[in-house]
Amino acid sequence: MSEGLVTAAYIGAIVLFILTLGGLSHQESARKGNVYGIIGMTLAILATVFGPEVSSNLHIIIITMLVGGTIGIILAKKVEMTQMPELVAILHSLVGLAAVLVGYVNFMGESSLLGVEKTIHEIEIYVGVLIGAVTFSGSVIAFGKLSGKIGGNPLMLPARHWLNLGLLVASIYFCYDFVHQGHIDGGNAIVPLMIMTGIALLFGIHMVMAIGGADMPVVVSMLNSYSGWAASATGFMLGNDLLIVVGALVGSSGAILSYIMCRAMNRNFISVIAGGFGTDTGGGSSDGEIVDQGEVVPIDTDEVAALLTDAKEVMIIPGYGMAVAQAQHTVNEITKVLRDKKINVRFGIHPVAGRMPGHMNVLLAEARVPYDVVFEMDEINDDFPDIDVSIIIGANDIVNPSAQDDPNSPIAGMPVMECWKGNTTIVLKRGMATGYAGVQNPLFFKENTRMYFGDAKESLDAVLKVITSG
Amino acid sequence: MKIGVPKETYAGEKRVATTPEVIKWLQKLGYSVAVESGAGTEANFTDEAYSEAGAEVISDTKSLWDSSDIIFKVRAPDDNEVELLHDGQTLISFLWPAQNEDLMKKLSAKKVNILAMDSVPRISRAQKMDALSSMANIAGYRAIVEASHNFGRFFTGQITAAGKVPPAKVLVIGAGVAGLAAIGAANSLGAIVRSFDTRPEVKEQVESMGADFLLLEFEEDGSGEGGYAKTMSDEFIAAEMALFAEQAKEVDIIVTTALIPGRPAPKLITADMVKSMKNGSVIVDLAAEQGGNCDLTVPHELSVTDNGVTIIGYSDLPSRLPNQSSQLYATNLRHLLTDMTPEKDGEMTIDFEDEAVRGATVIKAGEITWPPPAPKLSAAPAKPAEAPAVIEKPEPKKAGPIKQMMPVIIGALVLAGLGSVAPASFMTHFTVFVLSCFVGYMVIWNVSASLHTPLMSVTNAVSSIIVIGALVQISSSDNLLVGLAAFGILITSINIAGGFAVTKRMLDMFRK
Repeated sequence: MSEGLVTAAYIGAIVLFILTLGGLSHQESARKGNVYGIIGMTLAILATVFGPEVSSNLHIIIITMLVGGTIGIILAKKVEMTQMPELVAILHSLVGLAAVLVGYVNFMGESSLLGVEKTIHEIEIYVGVLIGAVTFSGSVIAFGKLSGKIGGNPLMLPARHWLNLGLLVASIYFCYDFVHQGHIDGGNAIVPLMIMTGIALLFGIHMVMAIGGADMPVVVSMLNSYSGWAASATGFMLGNDLLIVVGALVGSSGAILSYIMCRAMNRNFISVIAGGFGTDTGGGSSDGEIVDQGEVVPIDTDEVAALLTDAKEVMIIPGYGMAVAQAQHTVNEITKVLRDKKINVRFGIHPVAGRMPGHMNVLLAEARVPYDVVFEMDEINDDFPDIDVSIIIGANDIVNPSAQDDPNSPIAGMPVMECWKGNTTIVLKRGMATGYAGVQNPLFFKENTRMYFGDAKESLDAVLKVITSG
Repeated sequence: MKIGVPKETYAGEKRVATTPEVIKWLQKLGYSVAVESGAGTEANFTDEAYSEAGAEVISDTKSLWDSSDIIFKVRAPDDNEVELLHDGQTLISFLWPAQNEDLMKKLSAKKVNILAMDSVPRISRAQKMDALSSMANIAGYRAIVEASHNFGRFFTGQITAAGKVPPAKVLVIGAGVAGLAAIGAANSLGAIVRSFDTRPEVKEQVESMGADFLLLEFEEDGSGEGGYAKTMSDEFIAAEMALFAEQAKEVDIIVTTALIPGRPAPKLITADMVKSMKNGSVIVDLAAEQGGNCDLTVPHELSVTDNGVTIIGYSDLPSRLPNQSSQLYATNLRHLLTDMTPEKDGEMTIDFEDEAVRGATVIKAGEITWPPPAPKLSAAPAKPAEAPAVIEKPEPKKAGPIKQMMPVIIGALVLAGLGSVAPASFMTHFTVFVLSCFVGYMVIWNVSASLHTPLMSVTNAVSSIIVIGALVQISSSDNLLVGLAAFGILITSINIAGGFAVTKRMLDMFRK
């Protein structure tokens, strides 16, 4: 294949990738979008493999791609929908690692560039490796946090902002050193590159360690963005427009997703990255143990079932607890039974419910809940005064009224589902623990709130039994 | 302390100030209760039921008054009852201090405490003791029942073998508690309901009860203090009257509930309008006691005009549902008393720090304490003492033009700096890069939230385009580099296959 044909194929792949992202923004076109992506990727790989730059070692390509592809497909088939955030995080780390590898290989290979071009090329390598390494270690830590292998609490090192700043200054210095060493005879440029890689890995670890569990959706989409920037930086390094374009597409889409998430939590993007959510209580009335919160009113299975069957409008608000208890199928069964009784059951999804953007939607889809009864917070928040019964399944911070009432609360100003405006709210919960943000929830003490303690799945199974027999 | 509940003496009053069920609650607060024999008969509460609930039934009115520390009543006391009050006693009932100055004077001559249920302030916390609302609710419901009783047709429309029945059209003027209750009742009988109110913010409430809200082409907000209406300008009233005149010709039932606190009821339905109504139509005037919203209303009576329009001016609608209204009223009283008995030891205290109690107390130990200072907030949050007022966030200062332009200027400088040193090939790539960022932004901005996860997994798969970087280096002559590149291809392949496959799996699950 000639250079021109390869470029033509790349242009085709770019168009296909843009269509992929465009397709994925709407339910109707999403499946087609995924197919475009597969075609685009195949086209890009084939064009490269049969292009002028690959002249030997074709067997290695075939073997590695077959092995890798098989592993990937097995992973994709086996993963539980509740573990989706972990899978996405670990896949991000692979892109980061690949960027590091490509950077090193490119650096160690021969280069015919001179002068400014050489300098720019070296900076490109340096930046590519830097972003790749941060993405890699950050994703690994995010995976650890999401899968529970590492505690969810933010790690607060003293003077962490200074530490970050120090790491940044150090990596700038080594960038200078790296370029400098490359230009003098006998200079050993790989040393500063390796030191920087170490720094970047540390930085990635520290960055994600400092982020609390509640901010995980932002982190996952932010790492997604990083993996795109890493690809883009690699594209600069190789002078490959396909990589630049696709990397930038992914990078900007990830950045926008992070921004949407941050807006949904009323959080400043910078402060999420800087970490420390839920640790600055700001004093005053927002401490965990407020005196005289009032009493919680527990409720039993029969009462829950009676409330549900007597209602006309039911709103279900799922949270991470539903994912943990794997209760989505039972929720769907209950929804079906109630809808057969002409009860209008709807789902209200907070943008940051769960541990990654859209987490709840995926779980409900897995349980085959029709997506036209699933609504976003903005669509249904005004309907709560008409709701007879809201069921909160394992959610906490997203239904916390203190976000609106208590200016000292760490989650003050975060948009929340206003379920307390409905007639009755039933909260399914294991116990009285606070949510990920570590904030006490006055909702539980409201007069029209009933607490239904126990494992979400077991509780709902019991409710299902009563409403189907009754 | 002992609570005494005498039989109501006002002619036709069927309500009673407590019920057997509520007595149990009062006892939990530490009080003992005495009920005059026959007090609940008209409301279907027998003496036996009261004594079963633990109340003492006393047949002699005077000994009941003498032995009680607190008296629960519905209607304001008449002259005889004022005589029966003794020093230190507390009376809780409706009183209407503004309209009953003489009575206030007589009462203040005694060293008694008087709490007027009609003076409970309209704050959120006091809703559970707001007897005006609970009585208005009943009045609104009963208004429709009375209307239907005097209306010769169905409320609901039907198509039967014997012909078509058109639905009744009901106009409810004033969408307060009574108005909304009337709307709800008329709506559930199947009528077409419209409503008008000078306060535009009640539109949603009206619509939620199932009525159409009639709008005036006129800008004026009639919301007064405490959720009540205020008097409107002349132009507004003219426009309003034109609307009513037009509606009167069309509708079958008119329910008027327009009241402005402390003033005679506004005249909304003129004699001409009544004349223009169809024969057999019904007007229920809930403002009859304050003079009526309709010119032709005869207070306390039912009258029929020459053209066959029935005008109902009953002022005792709550008393016409005595069992229901007694239950609600008794519960309102209980809630008030609960507030006044913080220790639950049967000892009542009148605490002026409590806004609800302060508002209701019109005479304390013989001193007139009415009118109370204005309540601080009309819709205060549940615990005003505990929740500090929301601190107004200072408006973020508008950045000056220079500050606003800063990012642009910096961006331009960086670009210029880059352009001056970087080679042409880099700038070409950079152009592509910047354009792609914008394309990504445009394409993604409107993504639907339910697709965030699939989008993320697909972009993850797409970002493994970095495999190209590894592929172009696989043909290197150095074995180490080949090895590294091969490893790169391996892991990105995992990502490609895994990313696309898992996206497909997720998308297949979404269904309508």
